[in-house]
Amino acid sequence: MAVKIMIPTPLRVFTGKRDSAEFSAATVGEALGNLTTEFGELRKHLYTDDGKLRAFVNVYLNDEDIRYLAKENTPTKDGDTISIVPSIAGGSAGNAN
Amino acid sequence: MATTIQPQAEAKPATALSNEEILRYSRHLIMPEVGMEGQLKLKNAKVLLIGTGGLGAPLGLYLAAAGVGRLGLVDFDVVDFTNLQRQVTFGTSDVGKYKSEAARIRLSNLNPDIHIDSFETQLTSANALELFKDFDIIVDGTDNFPTRYLVNDACILLGKPNVYGSIFRFEGQATVFGMPDGPCYRCLYPEPPPPGLVPSCAEGGVLGVLPGIVGSIQAMETIKLILGRGDNLVGRLLLFDALAMKFRELKLRKNPNCPMCGPHRTIHQLIDYYEFCGVRGEEAPEPNVQVPEMTPRELKSRLDRGDDLFILDVREPHEYQICNLKGALIPLGELPRRVHELDSSREIVAHCRSGKRSAEAVDFLRKAGFRKIHNLKGGILAWSDEVDPSVPKY
Repeated sequence: MAVKIMIPTPLRVFTGKRDSAEFSAATVGEALGNLTTEFGELRKHLYTDDGKLRAFVNVYLNDEDIRYLAKENTPTKDGDTISIVPSIAGGSAGNAN
Repeated sequence: MATTIQPQAEAKPATALSNEEILRYSRHLIMPEVGMEGQLKLKNAKVLLIGTGGLGAPLGLYLAAAGVGRLGLVDFDVVDFTNLQRQVTFGTSDVGKYKSEAARIRLSNLNPDIHIDSFETQLTSANALELFKDFDIIVDGTDNFPTRYLVNDACILLGKPNVYGSIFRFEGQATVFGMPDGPCYRCLYPEPPPPGLVPSCAEGGVLGVLPGIVGSIQAMETIKLILGRGDNLVGRLLLFDALAMKFRELKLRKNPNCPMCGPHRTIHQLIDYYEFCGVRGEEAPEPNVQVPEMTPRELKSRLDRGDDLFILDVREPHEYQICNLKGALIPLGELPRRVHELDSSREIVAHCRSGKRSAEAVDFLRKAGFRKIHNLKGGILAWSDEVDPSVPKY
C-alpha cells in the first residue's frame, strides 16, 4: 500500500531536498520507519534517543493529528498522505548562522 | 522610548463615522458583510501587533487602512538594510530607526484617523499582561519560540484571541489560537524544539513575498474576528507552500491534557520563556560544542607568513557565491560522507558565516580523529570586520 509522506522545508536538507517520498506501509509508524531508514540523518530530528517521536514534531494522517488516532500504530491505506509538521517560529528574520 | 504603557482614557465607543471616514471606507461600506455596522466595529477595535517585521508589515498596513481604530505596535528592534527586502512598511530612510516608531509614522500617514501606540520594548513575562490588557485581539508576528509561547500563554491567561502566523523560507503556517473552546499554541506544540535541532543555519532566509502573504492572511482573520463574519481558522492549521503554490489544511484539536488551556491546567502564570526554550538572553545560542578556535587576525598573519593551512568552508554553495575565503567547500550536511576528501595530516581551519556551523564541523572532525583543526572565530563576518572589509557581510 503506497503512502505518501510530505517532508516540510526545514527537514528537506536531510532528504536530499526531496519534498515528498512514497513508501509501502501498513501503519504511520512503519512509513516513518521506512523514511528514516532511507534518510538516516532525519532520524534524530524526528525521534528521541529512546525512539519516541519528538514533542515538537506533529504527524498527521491526511488532515488528522495521529495523537488523536492510534498514534504511530494508526493504520494507513493506499493513497493516504502523511504530513510531518514541525514547529517553525519565523516571522521576519530567518537568521542564518 | 515608550517603554511604559500610557493608560488610554477609556473613550466611549464611536457610534458614527465622519463624512471623510465614509468616503475613505466607502468600498467597505457598500459591502453588506461590512457596512456601517462593521466599519464601526473596526473603528472601535483594539489590536496589538507583536512584531513589526515581515509579518507585521502587511498586518499593520492592512489593519490601519481598514480603519482598525486602535493599533499597538510592539517591537524593540531597529530597521536595518536586510529588513527592506520584505518589511515593506519601511523605506531606506528608516534604516537605523526604531521599527515600532517608524511603522507608527508610516501607518499614521496611511490613516490619520486611527490611534497608534508604539512600544519600543521587548515583550517579556514582566510586561506582557500589562501590554495586552487594553487590546481585544493579539496578533503574533514574532520570529522566535520564546516569544511565541509567551504570547500564547498571556493570551490564554487573559482570554484573548491570538492570530498566529509563522514562516520558514517559502513555507508558512497560520491559525487562530485562544478562542473559547479552541486550541492554543501549546495544544499544537507542547514543547519547543531544543536549540540547534531544527536546522536554521544553512536553511535560513525567507522569500520576501512570503511574509506578505502569511501576514495578509493574519490581517484577514483579524478583521473577520472583529466583524464576527465568516469562518475563522480556529481549529484549523493552514499550511502554505509558496514554491508548490499550495494551501493545505490540517485539523487542530484542543488537547485535553494541555498544560495551559486544558481542564487540568498546570501553568497559572507567565514563566521564563528563554529558559523554557533553552535559550538564554537575546543573543543567538552559543555553539553547543567547545572547539579550538583561531581568530581572523591570527589566520591572516599565519597565511601572510606562508604557513600551510587548509581552509575548509562548510557553508552552502549559494553562500560561497556571495563571498568566500577561497577555501574548499564542503557543506556541513555533506561532511560525514565527504570526510575522506580531507587530509588529517594538514592543519585545517574551518569556517562558516558566523562560526556556529563550523564549530559543529570541527567537533565532528575531531571525533573522526582530526587533531590539527581550528574553528575560525566569528566566521566570515568577523573576517570582514577584523581583516578585510571588502568581503561583503550577509
